[in-house]
Amino acid sequence: MTFNKEFIEKLKSLIDQWERDKIELGYRDRLDRFTTDSGIKVKTVYTPLDIADSDYFEKIGLPGVYPFTRGIHYNMYRGKIWTMREFSGFGSPEDTNKRLKYLVEHGETGLSIAFDHPTLIGLDPDNPLAAGEVGVTGVSVATIEDMDLLFKDIDMGKITTNMTINPPAPVMLSFYVAVARSRGVSDDRIGGTVQNDQLKEFIAQKTWVFPPRSALKIGIDVIEWSVKNLPKWNPISISGYHIYEAGATAVQELAFTLADGIEYVRAMINRGYSVDDFAPRLSFFFVSGINVFEHIAKFRAARRMWAKIMKEWFGARKKRSMWLRFHTQTSGVELRAIEPYNNIIRITLQAIAAVLGGTQSLHTNAFDEALALPTEFSAKLALRTQQIIAYESGLADTVDPLGGSYYIEWLTDKIEEEAWKIIDRVESMGGMLNAIENGYPQREITESAYKKQKEIEEMKKIVVGVNAFKGELLEEEVKIPLFEVNEEQIRKHQIDKLKRFKSSRDGIKVKRVLAELERAAMRGENIMPYVYNAAVSKATLEEIMNSLKSVYGEWSEPILY
Amino acid sequence: MSSNSLEIVGAPGLKRRAKILVAKIGLDGHDRGAKVIARALKEYGFEVVYIGIRQTPEMIAKAAVQEDVDIIGISIHSGAHMVLIPELIEHLKRLNAEDIKVIVGGIIPWEDAQRLKSMGVSEVFTPDTPIEVIVEKINKLLAGKNVEQK
Amino acid sequence: MSKNNIDTLLYRALNGDIRAISKLLTIIEFPADHDIETISSIMRNLMNRGGKAHIIGVTGSPGVGKSTLISKLISLFRDRNERVAVLSIDPSSPFTLGSFMGNRIRMQSHSLDPNVFIRSTATRGVTGGLSPSSVLLIEAFDGLGFDKIIIESVGVGQTDVDIINVSHTVINVLMPGAGDEIQAMKAGIMEIGDIYVVNKSDKPEADLVYRQLTEIIRSSKYKSKYGWVPKVVKVSSIMGHGISELGDIIDEHRKFLIDRGSFSDIIIHRRVYSVELILKYIIEEKIRKDLKKDGSDILDKVVSGNIDPYTASLTIYNKLAKTC
Repeated sequence: MTFNKEFIEKLKSLIDQWERDKIELGYRDRLDRFTTDSGIKVKTVYTPLDIADSDYFEKIGLPGVYPFTRGIHYNMYRGKIWTMREFSGFGSPEDTNKRLKYLVEHGETGLSIAFDHPTLIGLDPDNPLAAGEVGVTGVSVATIEDMDLLFKDIDMGKITTNMTINPPAPVMLSFYVAVARSRGVSDDRIGGTVQNDQLKEFIAQKTWVFPPRSALKIGIDVIEWSVKNLPKWNPISISGYHIYEAGATAVQELAFTLADGIEYVRAMINRGYSVDDFAPRLSFFFVSGINVFEHIAKFRAARRMWAKIMKEWFGARKKRSMWLRFHTQTSGVELRAIEPYNNIIRITLQAIAAVLGGTQSLHTNAFDEALALPTEFSAKLALRTQQIIAYESGLADTVDPLGGSYYIEWLTDKIEEEAWKIIDRVESMGGMLNAIENGYPQREITESAYKKQKEIEEMKKIVVGVNAFKGELLEEEVKIPLFEVNEEQIRKHQIDKLKRFKSSRDGIKVKRVLAELERAAMRGENIMPYVYNAAVSKATLEEIMNSLKSVYGEWSEPILY
Repeated sequence: MSSNSLEIVGAPGLKRRAKILVAKIGLDGHDRGAKVIARALKEYGFEVVYIGIRQTPEMIAKAAVQEDVDIIGISIHSGAHMVLIPELIEHLKRLNAEDIKVIVGGIIPWEDAQRLKSMGVSEVFTPDTPIEVIVEKINKLLAGKNVEQK
Repeated sequence: MSKNNIDTLLYRALNGDIRAISKLLTIIEFPADHDIETISSIMRNLMNRGGKAHIIGVTGSPGVGKSTLISKLISLFRDRNERVAVLSIDPSSPFTLGSFMGNRIRMQSHSLDPNVFIRSTATRGVTGGLSPSSVLLIEAFDGLGFDKIIIESVGVGQTDVDIINVSHTVINVLMPGAGDEIQAMKAGIMEIGDIYVVNKSDKPEADLVYRQLTEIIRSSKYKSKYGWVPKVVKVSSIMGHGISELGDIIDEHRKFLIDRGSFSDIIIHRRVYSVELILKYIIEEKIRKDLKKDGSDILDKVVSGNIDPYTASLTIYNKLAKTC
């Protein structure tokens, strides 16, 4: 910010005096070094001097205006509270349908579906590899019929739905759209998000199926098809969340996520689209961690960087193309199994960071998630946490209340600077796809994860109840009531249903549409129309995925040490 | 031992070190913990065979036997432990390899941990267990075996 | 170990019991844990049976995709109903002697096949090269009746040289963008392989590496062992392209060696080499230990400049020779 010379001189001498007094009066810090969780060194106090080089108009400005540091909308939560979107799913589609309706009844404003592991990697519940995992950490969805049951009595033209699914994204989106259309919902009313972030699978979440280049191609097919057909749909949620959860620092999360975004934009441009044709439909997904200020600064830096990338690198002209719209989830790895009720406080702090960082939607974890899936009680409590922040705390009453704080502005600049360094590194490798094939982000994240673990073990980072303030555990802290799923029963239910489904369909037609899909994939066409056709012709998730695997091959983990 | 034994050379490379197989059982991809542990164990001087994610009980058991490891370290976050871990133990029995110890880490509720132990699992670690403690428990399991401990 | 136990173990191993094979390998891998008679009787038994397996060494820098390629080769050999053993070698940490052995990941799909046996081993602090027991593991696989034995190298330095010394067929894996390797070959400072694989052939730059390699081999007098002219093949391990062509070349090389009688020469060479390796290892260990114990006064004099390194070495050598 620009200050006149006289002011700066006066401030400098004031600080000098203050430094001397501080030492003279014997004030000592309790640590040698204070840092953010990313390792950025933090000073005793911040003053206008720390942001003297930062131009207010270029870097901070006002909400709703480029570079959107303070938020993408003019009045943010004064106009509309963020979408409260709790990630949920377990058991059969029928089970999850009940939970979804329960959450909506209690004030949830958007849906977010967690799929079980077999579904996430494209296996039907009757695959032997699925044994033990059907409906355990998410809902099992293998057919268009399952999707219909999942949304029974839910108005798909009204509520928006997020689906956290990646390699099978084309299939799941087809199921969803087909069910919505069958209920008479017009395409311009189908709203929501499919995660479809294929690149981060290789960096973090590891539910990959296809090799990176094919995976990217498939992801871009989904974006292209959605942009053409579903004006309200977000065909991708470029995700940092899993990157952070896999061990990255907040700075790495930011940099790798934007670098993924850059790769997707380039891929769409290479297909002949102009950036303003599709960029408004790109959405993001970040973590919110316990290191409150660092995450607030990260969100602010993210908006500013993306706006710049879109405007200056890709020549976007629409404001919406420059917007970094994002969903946030509070960090799960920061929750602890020991003294689990402490997690309620951790989640609250994480959620505050997300709100002060200007998120568009938020999932708050349940306190028992370090132990099991949430119970109805813990899921409700998580939702209530958001409602209390939104309606009682006053945090949502003004836009970017921390904007202009010397520390926050300095930290935002600093995080941006560090993140650019990583993005430059990725660019020098020829973009994220190459960087992933070289193992660069994977190695960096593994390294950070190891460092974080060591910091806890060496007591450089305090985790209450874990490496400090440990005490006798009370019985109610150890034996908390946990959510249980009867996997065997669910698996049987899902397999029986799948059998009935398969026997009721036209098998010859299924074979034909799958063969058509394979041929289209071989020709390098956009696979979406063919996947959609297979989905409505009652091909199952695994059948469609197998057709794609036969063309694109399968990926296995590289060795990165 | 006789005087013509190779031991006389005192060759460190010819003396057995403890070997540990680290694997993720089931379908979940959360390999952060498994990788951190694998790396830490290497730094403690163990020989670590890492076979990564999406491993079935049978694949793990066979790999462990082929590698002749002392210990199998399993990481699991998918909630499928009560189905998959007993299956692993069963496969080890079938291969005549019950002496290979199994330790498990991940999101495992207390009651399940007790049940797993009664089925033959040697140790169950929650996500907050310090590596030092894990190494200490591993060394206890190795006691009596003719391998170098750390 | 009693003779009875050894016989039982051998019997079970020879009948394909993977637990027995594994235990047998461990005995051979860590001879210091057993008396020399045990080792000797096992080794003699296996070496008398051996001499038939085709040993394929796979070298190349870390990250070129050796493991994935090997996995595809396993499938290829299995389709012809051959038994396959893989010895995968990883470096040991010079500080802790610990090791992270991760090559198996990419071959795990074969772990359920009773006719595939994969074993990971580490270099174990031996000065740069292959641990002597690794060579004996190869000998053991041969004696146990495996048709193909694939050795995956660390991908750097002396280990690769050692692998060339014990293999019939050396496959050198490169990938697009392998500029350094190409330069090293041109300068003649890179060990020659029998087969060059340009992996990741789906990448656009693969053709360039392929052309450069072909050119270097054509224009120079490069011949690998026994007058074989090295072959270059493009492969995409992930997609499986080029694998059967590679298989054909491997066969061709094997036939070439057999026709000239070189196949058995290599086995002779390997056995002699294994003795050299073990001896070198024992002597190095001895030097290392005795220098600390008996040589310290001489070393002090070298440090202070009172004795030159030549004289010092001769003095120590004479002392060692007496105690050996």
